[in-house]
Amino acid sequence: MDSNAVLQKIKDRNQSFGEWAFKLIVPIVFIGLCGIGYHFSELPFIFVLNEVIIRLARNSFLVISLIIPVIAGMGLNFGIVLGAMAGQIALIFIANYSLEGLGGLLIAVLVSTPVAIVFGYLVGLVLNKAKGKEMITSMILGFFANGLYQLVFLLFAGTIIPFKKEGLLLSTGVGLRNSVDLAGVRYALDDIYKYRPDAFPMLTIPVVTLLVVALLCVTLTFFTKTKLGQEMRAVGQNMHIAQVAGINVDRTRIMAVIISTVLAAWGQIIFLQNIGTLNTYGSHEQVGLFAVASLLIGGASVSKATYKQALLGTFLFHMLFIISPMAGQNIMNDSQIGEFFRVFVAYGVIGLALLLHAWQSKGKKQSLKSS
Amino acid sequence: MTTEYLLQIDNVSKEYSGNRVLKGVTINIKPGEVHGLVGENGAGKSTLMNILFGMSVIHDTGGYEGNIIIDGNIVNPKTPKESMELGIGMVHQEFMLIPGFSVTENIKLNREVTKDNLFSRILGPKMKTLDFKKMGKDGREALDKLGMSIDEWMPVAGLPVGYMQFVEIAREIDKENLKLLVFDEPTAVLAESEADRFLKIVRKLADLGIAILFISHRLDEIIEITDNITVLRDGEVVSNLATKDADVHKIAELMVGRKLEQTIIKKTRDEREKEDYILELEDLYVDMPGEKVKALNLKVHRGEILGIGGLGGQGKIGVANGIMGLYPTTGKILKNGIPLPLNQPKKALDSGLAFVTEDRRGVGLLLDDSIEHNIAISALQIKNKFLKKLANINMMNEKEIRQHALEMIKELDIRCTGPKQLTRRLSGGNQQKVCIARALTLDPDIVLVSEPTRGIDVGAKKIVLDLLVKLNKELGMTVIITSSELAELRSVSDRIAIVFEGKLEGVLAPDASDVDFGLMMAGEYGKEEVS
Ligand SMILES: Nc1ncnc2c1ncn2[C@@H]1O[C@H](COP(=O)(O)OP(=O)(O)OP(=O)(O)O)[C@@H](O)[C@H]1O
Ligand SMILES: [Mg+2]
Repeated sequence: MDSNAVLQKIKDRNQSFGEWAFKLIVPIVFIGLCGIGYHFSELPFIFVLNEVIIRLARNSFLVISLIIPVIAGMGLNFGIVLGAMAGQIALIFIANYSLEGLGGLLIAVLVSTPVAIVFGYLVGLVLNKAKGKEMITSMILGFFANGLYQLVFLLFAGTIIPFKKEGLLLSTGVGLRNSVDLAGVRYALDDIYKYRPDAFPMLTIPVVTLLVVALLCVTLTFFTKTKLGQEMRAVGQNMHIAQVAGINVDRTRIMAVIISTVLAAWGQIIFLQNIGTLNTYGSHEQVGLFAVASLLIGGASVSKATYKQALLGTFLFHMLFIISPMAGQNIMNDSQIGEFFRVFVAYGVIGLALLLHAWQSKGKKQSLKSS
Repeated sequence: MTTEYLLQIDNVSKEYSGNRVLKGVTINIKPGEVHGLVGENGAGKSTLMNILFGMSVIHDTGGYEGNIIIDGNIVNPKTPKESMELGIGMVHQEFMLIPGFSVTENIKLNREVTKDNLFSRILGPKMKTLDFKKMGKDGREALDKLGMSIDEWMPVAGLPVGYMQFVEIAREIDKENLKLLVFDEPTAVLAESEADRFLKIVRKLADLGIAILFISHRLDEIIEITDNITVLRDGEVVSNLATKDADVHKIAELMVGRKLEQTIIKKTRDEREKEDYILELEDLYVDMPGEKVKALNLKVHRGEILGIGGLGGQGKIGVANGIMGLYPTTGKILKNGIPLPLNQPKKALDSGLAFVTEDRRGVGLLLDDSIEHNIAISALQIKNKFLKKLANINMMNEKEIRQHALEMIKELDIRCTGPKQLTRRLSGGNQQKVCIARALTLDPDIVLVSEPTRGIDVGAKKIVLDLLVKLNKELGMTVIITSSELAELRSVSDRIAIVFEGKLEGVLAPDASDVDFGLMMAGEYGKEEVS
C-alpha cells in the first residue's frame, strides 16, 4: 500500500476524536435533558418557544460578555458582576431623574459605560496580580464588590448621595428601597418593533433586541480579527512569549476585562429593561453564575469560547428553566424540584467545567513529563 | 559620539541573588560582523543575551551593571519591545513560538500588517483589521528566503523542531529595521543538513550589513562562520580573538581552562553472533511531521549500543518517538518477543523503556521544581522508586532522592548550586543533563536517547557519551542513540542503522568506510549493489 495513505489513515483515526466528542458531549447531554424535560412538562410548544426567545433576547448579551476574557486566557470572568452593578447604578440614576423611554435607556447606557470602565480597570489590576488564579479571584472580587455596593446604597444613599425622586429611598430617608420600579424604561428596547407572526398568535419576537445581540456577535467576530484581538489571543496562549514579542501583556489583559465589564453593564441594562423592576440588592448577584453556566452548557471551556456556544448555551439553559418546574410537577408532584434542579445544574456544570479544566492541564503536564 | 561599532557591551556584570554570573564583560561588534560567543554550560552566555534583549528575568532579579551601547548611544533596553525598536532581533535558546498560531501569525506576531477601518479611525490603531493576505505574503517571502517550502498557514504545534527553528529565523529576518541578530544555540535543534543551510543564511544576512551574535557549542561551526570569537568562562571574558587565529582545539581549551583529552572512547567490540533480540520493530509507521517513518523493520540486540543515523527529515527521529508512543504509530513493536501497546507512552515507560527527547527546548522539565525532584519524578511515578512506608502510607523518601540526585549531579557534572536549585535557574545545557539523569533514574532495560549531546559543551559531551557506554557495559543496558552527528555515533555504537525515506536503508559497523555511510545516507547504497 502507498505509505502516505497509511499515514493518512493513522492521522484520521487519531485526529483527536476524543477531544472533539468531548466538546460536543456537554451540549448533547443538555439537549437530551431539554428533550426529556419538554416531554414531561407537557407545555405547548409555542409557549416554550416564545419564552425561550424572550430569554434569549434578554440574557445573551450578558453571556457573550464573558467571551473576550476567555480569549485572553483569563478564564471565566465572574467579575462581570461588577459590570452588572455598573448597569444598575446607571438605571438607578435614570430612575432618580425620571428619564424615560428609549432616550432614558440610551442615557443609562452612556452613564454605565464610564462606571464600568473604571470597575473593569480595577478588576483588571487585581487580576494581573493573580495570574493563573483569575477565576477564583474574580469570583471573590464579585463578593467583595457586592459588599461595597450594599454599603453605598444602604448607608450613603440619602445621606451622602442625594436622591431627588420620591419613593426611591426607604421611609427613613436613608438607604435605597429593595426594588426600584423601572416602568419608565420597561420594554424600551423590546417594544421598538415586535414581530407577531399571524400563524402563531402566542409568539412575539423582540426583533430589535435580537438585532442588538446579532450586532454584538458580528462586532465580536470583527474584533477577533483586529490587532487588539490578535494580541489578546497571543496573550491568552502564552503570556511570556507575547511579552517577548513586545506586547504589553498587563495592559492587554486589563483591556479584555474592561471590554467584558462594559458589555456586562450594557447586558444588565438590556436584561432589566425586559424585567421591568430592579431588585436593588439582588439582581446582580446571580449574573456571573448564570452567565457562566450558560456559556459552559453551550460547550465552551475555560480556554475556548465562541458566540455560537454562548447562544446555544443560553438557549438550552433557559429552556431548562422554563420546563423544569412543570416537569418536576408532573414527575415528582413538586414544582420546587425544578427550582432545585436548575440551581443544581448551574453549580454542577461550573464545577464540572473547572474540574475538566484542571484535569486537562494536568494531563498536558503529565504527557510532557513522561517524554 | 561616533564609533565604528554597532554594538558595544561595556563592562556588564550581573548577579542572580548573590551569585555573580557575569563579571565585567565587554564585547564590541561591527556592522556585518559575525561574532561567536562560546563558553561552557552555565558560563553566562544566555544571561548576557537576555540583558541585551531587555528580558524581564533580568529586570525582575535586580537588573545589571554596565552599559549596552548601540551606534555610540547608551541604550540599556528595559523591555524586549525597546530592544526590538533598536533593531535587535533574537532567536532564543528556548522556543518563542505560539503553538496555537499559524506559521505566518507567529512570524508577524505583534508586527501584523493592518488596514484601517471605521472603528480604527475612531478608536485608534489597535482596532485596525489584520490584513491576512499581506501577512501571508510577507510570511511566504521570509520562508522562501530561508528555502522553506512549508505552508505558511500551517499551525506551529506539531511541526518538527528543526522547522520551528527556521520559523523563528523567518520571524527575525522579516523585521525591516533589523541591525543586530542574536542566535542562542540556533543549530542545537537542527540536523546537519539543516544546519548547513542555516549557516549559509547567516552569512547572507551578515553580507547585508546585519551584525550577528552567534552562540553555539559546535565549535567547528563557530570556526567556519564567525569573524571574531569571544570566549566566556565563569562569567568572565577569557579571550577575544579573531577567528583566523583560532582553531577548535584552542577554543575548547580556553573555554574549559584546562587541557582536554580529545580522544573519544575506543570501543572494544566483541563480535557476538547474537540472535537475542530485546526489541523488534516490524512494519513501523510513525506519523511525526517532518520525520515520518514508513514501513521500517529493525531488530535490536540485547545489550548493544545501536546508533540510528540518517539525514534530517528522513525519519530517524521518528523511530524513537514512535516506539515511545509520542506520535501516532502503527505496525508491530516486540519487546522481549511480547508486543508493546502502541501509542501509549505510559505503557512504554512501564515496560522498561526510557527516552531522552531531542526536543530540548520543550524539554518537559518541571521548571519550578528542584533538580532533585525533576530527576526522581518519573521513577517515582512509574517505578515506585524512592518511596518509604510510614504507617502504611507511601511517602517520598527525600533522603534517598537527595542522595541519588547528588550522585547524578556529580556523574553528569551538572553545574548548579545544589540539588534544591530550581531547574528554571539552570543554564540550557545543564537542564538537558537533568533530563538525561531523569531517564537513567528509571533503570530502564532500554534507553532511547535522541541527540544527546546537542547544546552540551565539549567537555560535558564526553561525560554524557562516556556515561552511556559505562551503563551499557556495566549494567548491560541496551542503548539506542539517535544522532545527526555521525562521528558521535561511530565513536560509541556497536552497529549503526541508517534511515532513509522512512525506511531502514541498512546497518553498518562503526568502522565501515565513509563512502559506505555517505552512500547509505543518500539512499544510494542498495541501488549500487543491485545494478
Ligand atoms: N533565572 C535565573 N535565576 C538564577 N540563576 C540563573 C537564572 N538563569 C541562569 N542562572 C544561572 O546563571 C548562570 C549562567 O547561565 P546561562 O543560562 O547564562 O548559561 P549559558 O552560558 O547560556 O549555558 P548553556 O550553554 O548551558 O546554555 C548559571 O550558573 C545559571 O545557573
Ligand atoms: Mg544558554
